[in-house]
Amino acid sequence: MNNILENYSKNYSEQIKKRRFWNIFIVLGLFVAILISSSIIDLNMTRITSGIPRLGDYIAKILPNLDTNLLFANSQIEGSVPYWYFNFKKYIVLLYETFNMAVLSTLFGFVFALLLSFFSARNITPNVLSFFFVKRFLEFLRGVPEIIFAILFVWALGVGPLAGIIAMTIHTTGALGKLFSEVHENAELKSCEAIRSAGGGWVPEMRYGVLPQVLPNIISYALLRFEINIRASTVIGFVGAGGIGQELYLVINFNYYEEVSAIILLIILTVITIDITSGALRQRIIKGTHD
Amino acid sequence: MTNKDIISLCPQAFLPFWRRSPVTFILVILSIIYLGFAIHFFGFSLSKILEGFANMKPILVAMFTWQDFSTWNFPGIFDGLVQTLAMAFLGTFFATLVCIPISFLTSKKVFRFTLLRFFIKRILDMIRGVDILIWAIIYVRAFGLGPLAGLLSIFTADVGTLGKLFSEATDNADTKQIEGIESSGSNKISVIRFGVVPQIIPIFISQSLYFFESNTRSAVILGVVGAGGIGLQLTERMKAQYWDQALFIIVLILIMVTIIDTLSRAIRKRIIDE
Repeated sequence: MNNILENYSKNYSEQIKKRRFWNIFIVLGLFVAILISSSIIDLNMTRITSGIPRLGDYIAKILPNLDTNLLFANSQIEGSVPYWYFNFKKYIVLLYETFNMAVLSTLFGFVFALLLSFFSARNITPNVLSFFFVKRFLEFLRGVPEIIFAILFVWALGVGPLAGIIAMTIHTTGALGKLFSEVHENAELKSCEAIRSAGGGWVPEMRYGVLPQVLPNIISYALLRFEINIRASTVIGFVGAGGIGQELYLVINFNYYEEVSAIILLIILTVITIDITSGALRQRIIKGTHD
Repeated sequence: MTNKDIISLCPQAFLPFWRRSPVTFILVILSIIYLGFAIHFFGFSLSKILEGFANMKPILVAMFTWQDFSTWNFPGIFDGLVQTLAMAFLGTFFATLVCIPISFLTSKKVFRFTLLRFFIKRILDMIRGVDILIWAIIYVRAFGLGPLAGLLSIFTADVGTLGKLFSEATDNADTKQIEGIESSGSNKISVIRFGVVPQIIPIFISQSLYFFESNTRSAVILGVVGAGGIGLQLTERMKAQYWDQALFIIVLILIMVTIIDTLSRAIRKRIIDE
């Protein structure tokens, strides 16, 4: 009995020692990494302490000075909400444009991704060569950030939402294509065998064997991507690719201080609304499959 | 069996699509109409797109004809890559440090101040509603051009997201351990230290690593608004139309991101398995 206990405590203290050693090693490593990184980006206290008051100033400037007595007065009176949002109609049109950019790019990206995903799923791909090339292609599409593509397309297609939509479509295709092919790889292939035995080719196999079982997951991923694209489309205008981001970039650079907060508040509200709606939809879709 | 017999077995399945599922059919029609309207709204046409792609041709040619290596400023590119990594690392690290106490404050399991939890959660929602590039542009205004603004915007965006994920992880901690320690009469700090922390540390570490991985991607684009890193080098070259150098940098970025992904995935797997 004593022997077992002794062995046990010896074992325990050895393990603790080993873990301590590793912990110290990791903490030291982190410390060194922090020192190196700080020196690379020239991080020091004076820069931060001198920046914080300027940040405070800027935030104070962009916040509207609302007067509680005049809150709902007309747009001529300073301190009222209509004065703050005197450009409201323009913002709404731009927000709608932003929303449509996200819708179109998600939709087109969804279609392309769905077509390509059948080739890049290991278990159902028609041949190994197409599997390899489509997979690499999708990796490239999602590896390059959409805003870089946007800069490129602004050069080629001119300033405007078209460049943004194409850029986001490309990125969406890459990202969704990977997720979709992972969904396909988890699909049950028995129904495909049944279709093959009844004389169906590869296309009917995909259409009637794979698609019905993966559809709920795929749609839920597409909705998730839509949320991401809404965020992306609010900023892709920074490089001139349309949407409300273009206006935001303009008012920030021209120092129209109060308009900055007006636009950012609208963006936050839009993003949160869409997140909540699409989250609820996704829950319903996923739940529907388990009933 | 003739075809007619087969149809009579299950007539529903052989109806035309619009009678089998009218709701789906109407939804599809409505979405196609909306799609047409949206395309009309933007004033797109196929000729416009084709014309644009014709403009792409010289750019693509320029991308693949690499020339004048002496003017490529390789040290600058290398600095940019290293800066990007440093920004992502420090931003994620500081955000993790800040989010650990936040997660305790906003978790139902540890504290029961409902009002405080509500306010912190709404603030985190607000932070998450603003894209990282908007943060970057605001920080560039306050701290000037350079990687410091990038670091701070990564930090801010991560506090919003990691704060939420961490507090969810803390909420999901097993209550039995916490109750066991509470029942032995320990104070709040020991409850956190021995009841909560051992359960959540692996989750926190793997989530932080995952964010470091995704932040190396975000750090690339922060340079677009002047917040330092490799993105600055890339956008400068794209603005000056040095497409060959731009392609070279894009390839370097892809390689860097792949290496970071593989490393972080390997580490995360080990942590979660343990």
